[in-house]
Amino acid sequence: MKFTLSWLHDHLDTEAALEEIVERLTLIGLEVEALSDPAETFANFEVAEIIATEPHPEADRLQICTVKSGGGEQKLVCGAPNARAGLIGILAQQGAVIPSNGMVLGKAKIRGVTSNGMMCSGAELGLSDDHDGIIELQDAPKIGTPAAEALGLADPMIEIGITPNRPDCLGVRGIARDLAASGLGTLKDDKAAPIKADKKAGPAIAVDSDACPVFAGCYIEGVTNAPSPAWLQARLKAIGLNPINALVDITNYISYDRGRPLHVYDADKLSGTVRARAAEKGESFVALDDATYELTPNDCVIADDKGVLGLGGIMGGLASGSTLETKNVLVESAWFDPVSIALSGRHHNIESDARYRFERGVDPASVESGLNLAVQMIVEICGGTVHAPQIGGAVPESDKIVSFAPARVQQLTGLDIAESEMQAVLEKLGFGVTTGKSWRISVPSWRPDIDADTNGADIVEEIVRIHGLDEVPATPLPQRDGVAKPTLTLAQRRAALMRRALAARGLIEAVTWSFISAAQAKAFHVAEGLQLANPISSELSHMRPSLLPGLMAAAARNRDRGAQSINLFELGHEFKAATPGAQRFAAAGLRAGLAAPKNWRGAAHNVDAYQARADAEAALAACGVATDGLQVLPIPEDSGIDWYHPGRSGVLARNPREPMAVFGELHPALLKQFDIDVAAAAFEVWPDAVPAPKDNSAIARAALALSNLQSLSRDFAFEVAGDTKAADMVRAAQAADKKLISQVRVFDVFAGGNLPDGMKSVALEVTLQPRDKTLTDAEIEAVAENVTANVEKATGGKLRG
Amino acid sequence: MSAEADKLKTDILAAIAAAEDAAALEAVRVGALGKKGTVSALLKTLGGMSAEERQTNGPLFNALRDAVSEAIAEKKTTIDAAALNARLAEETLDMTLPVATDPQFEGRIHPVSQVMEEIAAIFADMGFDVAEGPDIESGFYNFTALNIPEAHPARQMHDTFYLNAEEDGEALLLRTHTSPVQVRTMQNGQADNSGPPFRFIAPGRTYRCDSDQTHTPMFHQVEGLVVDETTHMGHLKYTLEAFLAAFFEVSDISIRFRPSYFPFTEPSMEIDMPCRRDGDRLIVGEGDDWMEIGGSGMVNPHVLRHACIDADKYQGFAFGMGIDRLAMLKYGAPDLRAFFEADLRWLKHYGFLPIDVPGLAGGLSNKSLAGKPGTGQ
Repeated sequence: MKFTLSWLHDHLDTEAALEEIVERLTLIGLEVEALSDPAETFANFEVAEIIATEPHPEADRLQICTVKSGGGEQKLVCGAPNARAGLIGILAQQGAVIPSNGMVLGKAKIRGVTSNGMMCSGAELGLSDDHDGIIELQDAPKIGTPAAEALGLADPMIEIGITPNRPDCLGVRGIARDLAASGLGTLKDDKAAPIKADKKAGPAIAVDSDACPVFAGCYIEGVTNAPSPAWLQARLKAIGLNPINALVDITNYISYDRGRPLHVYDADKLSGTVRARAAEKGESFVALDDATYELTPNDCVIADDKGVLGLGGIMGGLASGSTLETKNVLVESAWFDPVSIALSGRHHNIESDARYRFERGVDPASVESGLNLAVQMIVEICGGTVHAPQIGGAVPESDKIVSFAPARVQQLTGLDIAESEMQAVLEKLGFGVTTGKSWRISVPSWRPDIDADTNGADIVEEIVRIHGLDEVPATPLPQRDGVAKPTLTLAQRRAALMRRALAARGLIEAVTWSFISAAQAKAFHVAEGLQLANPISSELSHMRPSLLPGLMAAAARNRDRGAQSINLFELGHEFKAATPGAQRFAAAGLRAGLAAPKNWRGAAHNVDAYQARADAEAALAACGVATDGLQVLPIPEDSGIDWYHPGRSGVLARNPREPMAVFGELHPALLKQFDIDVAAAAFEVWPDAVPAPKDNSAIARAALALSNLQSLSRDFAFEVAGDTKAADMVRAAQAADKKLISQVRVFDVFAGGNLPDGMKSVALEVTLQPRDKTLTDAEIEAVAENVTANVEKATGGKLRG
Repeated sequence: MSAEADKLKTDILAAIAAAEDAAALEAVRVGALGKKGTVSALLKTLGGMSAEERQTNGPLFNALRDAVSEAIAEKKTTIDAAALNARLAEETLDMTLPVATDPQFEGRIHPVSQVMEEIAAIFADMGFDVAEGPDIESGFYNFTALNIPEAHPARQMHDTFYLNAEEDGEALLLRTHTSPVQVRTMQNGQADNSGPPFRFIAPGRTYRCDSDQTHTPMFHQVEGLVVDETTHMGHLKYTLEAFLAAFFEVSDISIRFRPSYFPFTEPSMEIDMPCRRDGDRLIVGEGDDWMEIGGSGMVNPHVLRHACIDADKYQGFAFGMGIDRLAMLKYGAPDLRAFFEADLRWLKHYGFLPIDVPGLAGGLSNKSLAGKPGTGQ
């Protein structure tokens, strides 16, 4: 909402300086978003006269002008063709900021001649597109007059952000009322007088729609439409509106002056009764924006006997609008239901000042006062004979009574405000106050936002925003006794630990979009309905069913920037179905390219699935999983997870039906789709699959039974089939003597050499820990034989000699 | 005889001193103490002497033998040490070679996560729980329950993403703020008797279809809610001031409440924080400028009613702040979009080391770790 200072003064009698007004507006909830003060913009510009010119010795097109300004005479170089002695224009002095380009004017030498200041063109001042010459001021203002004053731009423009609850402040008068209530002046009396005319004329008016309960119209005969007067044009221009013609300008003016949208019809283009009604299916009309709108029965239109004239409260029609030729007019002042306007406006996607106001709630009482003002202005500016207004329907009831306990102010805000002040503030804002044990407060018709059903909170807000919130006493919340209790849930704590655990493994945390492209979503089998109806781009159109597509896309981008090693992880939600809550928290990571940067300690090698598994196990360990007890199983076919290399991937699980994690090399086809040109391995961990520790599980550790006897180890190498699982061999070896064998480690795996095709050698180190006494050679030999027998039996392999 | 022994001693000690290496010394030893050595030969002569002579020469010769042995041992130690030193002098390695040869030291925590942990640590100290809610929301929780009915102009302020899916005849959407968590958490509290009173924060991802340097279609917010019987705006002010001072690690911050409008609070206020610029550096907590840092207000009774809370008995405050913005302000990352681009260079620069765990006991941020890689690469 934009307005100028002089406009505000039309409604507010105040001595307050601009700065004070601007500050107060913000403090009472009318946030000033922009302020342009021409006096400041043109601070170093003044009226000056060229008193003499002489040719520039070095350039034909330049002249050296002697200029007389408020401070005396100075010489400057000027290239304007119209520069001549006797011209009075605008001089920019040193230090002036040229509005068109933001340059600060300094002393310059132009082709060897010192130029002190600059005579400005309209374009340089940002006032017009006129580059051809310097401005020539008519009416010969006094030399030295500040430029803003001489140019008639002395009126500062203020722009405030009006919150949706304050339609009354979409008119300057409403803003003035708030300022007056805050003690910054007095609200001036309203000047619009009732229409005096007896004879009714013009088209009949009727209302036939719930969306438009009242439609007032006034017929004016014999107007002369023309460009509006300079003061009106200046005001509209100052707030960024283009003047069109007097009739249109007057309605626009009142829209901003009173927050009261109006419409002026060329009455000669109307036929029969003008009626507010629901649109019929199939109807359409061409609006003032030249676009054709197909209407639905949900739209409330204004129509005559021939058809639709306009979309009520949103935009008028091109055909019936007023032009410079218009002689007879019908002025419309109606009231439209905010919800109906909002839905209609949204459906047709029309933004207009009228819609903006009606959907926020126009003062129903302004149906009449707005019409009065419009008619008064039209007659003043365009002449004409006014006929008696006609009203279809009735102004909707807007009386609202709120009962209010003054104690609520202190209860809600902690502020101690005298009841007399509360009453004064409310009355200045237009509320009617009947004091008593419980106050009876009547709400003014222009405040549709005041809710009677909030235990007085709406009234409290009015009082405290005007009173000021500076004195709200900062008050500590009551402290809970003792040391602060942990406040994170188990899941939150796990997330925090996983994050640190993964970063400690050299992974870098990323936060990627929750949405991905359709193709990426498809590759990860996104569920039905997880598509955005209004995505911001086609790359961000589907909710991610996995964290990996985001990380893969990030990997590809980093590869494009030349990254050799990519090591990313993310914690976040995967979306499983289009329903609130169907999201699962996951940790995912991706390593691509070199496992480590090329370095002097050894040959560079690529990332692999074992790294990914180690990452996944680290994340699970952070969730409290004893990872050496986990099974590594192939990814179940019915899991739907097919984005890993089928032979180089697996799940980590206690219960095969409920994997806690999946890991592996990424599927080559998918790498191709994501334009990843290096090896990549990834993992996904689902902490919710990890059972919560039992409430009664002990904090203290189990007793530690250490043996004083020395442990000893024996190495075994087996020749086994290539597809033999190391885990099966370890388990078989362990089973040879559960009491004595404390650990079995795989320490060497190889194939080829003199091994037969399809066979491999797996070497195990078996550690024996005697508990009661030192083992004899025979006892050790017995265990070793058991280990060999067990492993051979389990794998079909044999001990290598 | 003693003159002979003295001479022998002098000669042998000289030979020991002259021995340059272990072999030469061994030759001296064999020459003196070996079976046919000179000292051994001298000792053997004791057998052919008279008792008196033996009494005189025995100690003399034994002393000679001991002196020679000792001198040899001493010399051996010297020679061994010299040999070791000579070997060690040969065994040098280039100690300047890089040691960070695996990427373990590259691990970083994203600034948003770090800041979320900082926020949680501060509010935990003030007794706030951490609540969560779904990203995909219904119109009811995102709007209606927050006193934003259908067709309310405030819905348009939200630039909502909708899904191609419905629930109860209404399009599902991506939550535009974390405020739906207020209603969900209060409803759950009613259901499981854990509240009222309520005191929690709700951090999380939020979404609006908007994109420029300061807006991304996804961003992070933290919501705070306290509902009790007498909680008022003064408590809100204290809580926010305490939080902001702790977060920005300054001694105190006096905020300014600026009246505003949010459908779910009444009265509603923007939170302004004092700040000033020192060259390119932004200093918060002091100065003549104000910076908007979030929205707040007293919970609208309609919201309490939607959450099945007795609005005649309970009241409270709510606030919301942008986490990404807090991170940008505190740690100086200028472009919001870069937060979500997963550029390794950016993440390594603005990220935090895994050991840099924020806590109140040691201070939230660790300036000595800030921006430094884990090891010298």
